[in-house]
Amino acid sequence: MCRECGCGLGGGDVKIGGHAPAGHGHEHHGRDRRHHGHGETVILNRSLKEKNDRLAERNRGFFRAKKLLVLNVVSSPGSGKTTFIRETAAQLAGKLRVGVVVGDLATDNDAARLRTAGIPVVPITTGTVCHLDADMVAKAAAQLDLDQLDVLVIENVGNLVCPADYDLGEDLRVVLLSTTEGEDKPLKYPPMFHSAHVAVVTKSDIAAAVGFNRDLALANLNRGSHHAEIFELSAKTGAGMKVWLEFLAQQQAQAAKKSRA
Amino acid sequence: MHEVAIMQEAVRLAAEAAGGRRVRTLRLRIGILSGVVPEAIRFAFDVVTRDTLAAGAALEIESVPAVAWCAACAAEFPTADFFSECPRCRTVNGGLRRGREMEIASVELE
Repeated sequence: MCRECGCGLGGGDVKIGGHAPAGHGHEHHGRDRRHHGHGETVILNRSLKEKNDRLAERNRGFFRAKKLLVLNVVSSPGSGKTTFIRETAAQLAGKLRVGVVVGDLATDNDAARLRTAGIPVVPITTGTVCHLDADMVAKAAAQLDLDQLDVLVIENVGNLVCPADYDLGEDLRVVLLSTTEGEDKPLKYPPMFHSAHVAVVTKSDIAAAVGFNRDLALANLNRGSHHAEIFELSAKTGAGMKVWLEFLAQQQAQAAKKSRA
Repeated sequence: MHEVAIMQEAVRLAAEAAGGRRVRTLRLRIGILSGVVPEAIRFAFDVVTRDTLAAGAALEIESVPAVAWCAACAAEFPTADFFSECPRCRTVNGGLRRGREMEIASVELE
């Protein structure tokens, strides 16, 4: 909860590619005013997520025009997002060009790990904010040469709670569940797993060593994300990567086709 | 959850509607499955409204019960979580219709 993690506080510390982003204006809407008693009641009936949702739709349209497949990769901290993204990009090399926007509260260590692998990457340091929002992603993506990319991967902040509520304009939300973190995560964090299009079980190479109950995990994933495509893989050994990459290539072809329509 | 960010947006919309007047009451509508915790929202409210036109305002939170949709029965049914089955046909719910709201309903101004 916010009390503990302080998310949302000090949003001014967000840095994109090492710079603080410029501000932007706000909109005015007509509203219904009504007098009663001593005061005046103004009926608003507006979503508190409306601003982000609108910016996310703008991103989606922009990315589609750029013929990009956009992934929003979410998980707990330490589930293997960076390694998964690095190996996905490396194994697609020569077929599809991948760029990455990576969010972290502090340090650009994840960005550095991807950059070392030769992947175009823009870091977003969120300060105390526990999730990425559509505005941060728009500003970060603008620093990549999107015309030279086929796939844009957004590595979200490691957190299974807050990012669930922030649409970034992605085509696919990809949630990772590592074999080290327990089979009941999909039941403990239902909004995130429920909202995912794809669920990936990572670190399958050490499943036996950590006593991972595969049947239970898959049953929980099917319950929490019953509409999601499920993959099981190890980015480290490469096991299971082929099926995932084929799926991705197929999704990318569909995304490129949509932009021509 | 990011109750502070949610509350900042509510206070921003309230201030926009208030046009310089003091806000006496702010009314939110929060779904039971929104993930937003009312106690955390109240705590965030005090922090976020400090030194604003909404400082000292009353906060009213209307809790919205969750309702899911069963495609097989073409009917809604009440639910308490994301995983419930339709009470008529026992198929897994086809999605939430209500219960994830995070809205500002109205503000009362001085």
